[in-house]
Amino acid sequence: MKMTKDVYGKMAKQASPPSTFVKNSVMAFLFGGAICTIGQGILEGYLMLGMDVKNARAAVSITLIGLAAILTAFKVYDNIAKIAGAGTLVPITGFSNSIVSPAMEFKSEGHVLGLSAKMFIISGPVLVYGIVSSIIYGIILYIISLF
Amino acid sequence: MKRVGRYTISLETAPKIAGYASVVGKKEKEGPLGNEFDRSYKDTSLGESSWEKAESRLQKEAVEIALKKACINAKDVDIIFAGDLLNQCISSTFGLRSLNIPFLGQYGACSTMAQTLALAALFVESGTARIAAAVTSSHFCSAERQFRLPLEYGGQRPPTAQWTATASGSVIVVPQTTVIAQEQVKTKSSKETDSLEKTPVITEVCIGKITDMGIKDANNMGAAMAPAAAQTILDYLSDTHTTPSDYDLIVTGDLGYVGSNLLLQLMEQEGVDVSKVHNDCGKMLFDRKKQDVHAGGSGCGCSASVLCSKLLNDIKSGKLNDILFVATGALMSTTSSQQGESIPSIAHLVRLKGI
Repeated sequence: MKMTKDVYGKMAKQASPPSTFVKNSVMAFLFGGAICTIGQGILEGYLMLGMDVKNARAAVSITLIGLAAILTAFKVYDNIAKIAGAGTLVPITGFSNSIVSPAMEFKSEGHVLGLSAKMFIISGPVLVYGIVSSIIYGIILYIISLF
Repeated sequence: MKRVGRYTISLETAPKIAGYASVVGKKEKEGPLGNEFDRSYKDTSLGESSWEKAESRLQKEAVEIALKKACINAKDVDIIFAGDLLNQCISSTFGLRSLNIPFLGQYGACSTMAQTLALAALFVESGTARIAAAVTSSHFCSAERQFRLPLEYGGQRPPTAQWTATASGSVIVVPQTTVIAQEQVKTKSSKETDSLEKTPVITEVCIGKITDMGIKDANNMGAAMAPAAAQTILDYLSDTHTTPSDYDLIVTGDLGYVGSNLLLQLMEQEGVDVSKVHNDCGKMLFDRKKQDVHAGGSGCGCSASVLCSKLLNDIKSGKLNDILFVATGALMSTTSSQQGESIPSIAHLVRLKGI
């Protein structure tokens, strides 16, 4: 064939349908917003039960993580995420799903080398870079506070 | 057996396909070819404790049914060529370990069906084997966990991604002169009804070259494999001095919608129009609109199950007389993709006729 890699690369790009950007963005906005609204609702509920603000906020995170874990276990979460995209990925529910789903998947390789070792294959990098950047942020903040 | 042109091997005795079978999962059964398969399972785990075990069973059952249809015992098979997508081809080795057939494992990614079929035909043609078998399989769930993400992970698949078929297909190849019990029974009992039934034979094979046009996106394997398919088809047509219109069908492995489109464009640029006779197993296996498979089906089991159902059924019934089966494979691994390598691809061609 006479085709060069560059020309073919362009040809392939043209032939490949792109992701539906507008639809995905709207869905992410709606689902992400809905999860945050539910979170706010739960917070109001805990406050009404007499919890203080600091504890109620932590309890909201725990509740959302628990709900997402349950939905993942019942094989519902991925079906919602297929439509919601970043809407279910970015909130704390996505973090929960990213830990529970590999735990379920790799259970067949045993509880030690399968379930628990593979649990962090997706969320591991998030944790590493999250912690590293928070350390850097903390150092910067400390240096600024010296002046 | 003789070489024709640069790459093609002509099988002068034209070994025949004595039996074939396909075993598929739920989604494949619900697709447009649903009625063509020999067996299907509603439960994609097949009641097994792991996806790997399920895939192994798909493969074993495909071989067993194909042997049964050919009225051949497993102990009489001289060699089996088998492959799949999993690391170290465990679906093949674990699935076939109880059959006691001399075994050669094959890896050609999604091109494995053409690769194993070509080898089985060559072994029979050369007299190395009296009965040779070819089988491949893939399973959506075992492939996802090895190549991509956990099943329950909430991600979105890009529109160019293809859906790994949960399927297996097996073919039993024997010399044309072998009279199998099944035919003896037929000629005695139902001469009239079956007199029109044709026998699929393999007349030529063309082993492909590794082709890499620099595509790196593992979610767009159709685009990566299209140049390999184009290259093999062009080589074959040039070797045999034929044109696409000489064939009833040129069916590629699993380029899907994106890859098929690119194949037609590549061929057109070379001055060969295959659009009238081309179809693709990845397009045939699923209903794109209803089944949410994005760019079509893929996996070793995709071309294997389409060949061992619709295609061979149509050759037997006389609907198709002369086809080129060109299974395509993307030869990357998760390691090479993560290291930023492009995707080398391959396509092997097998010419099947009904006589």
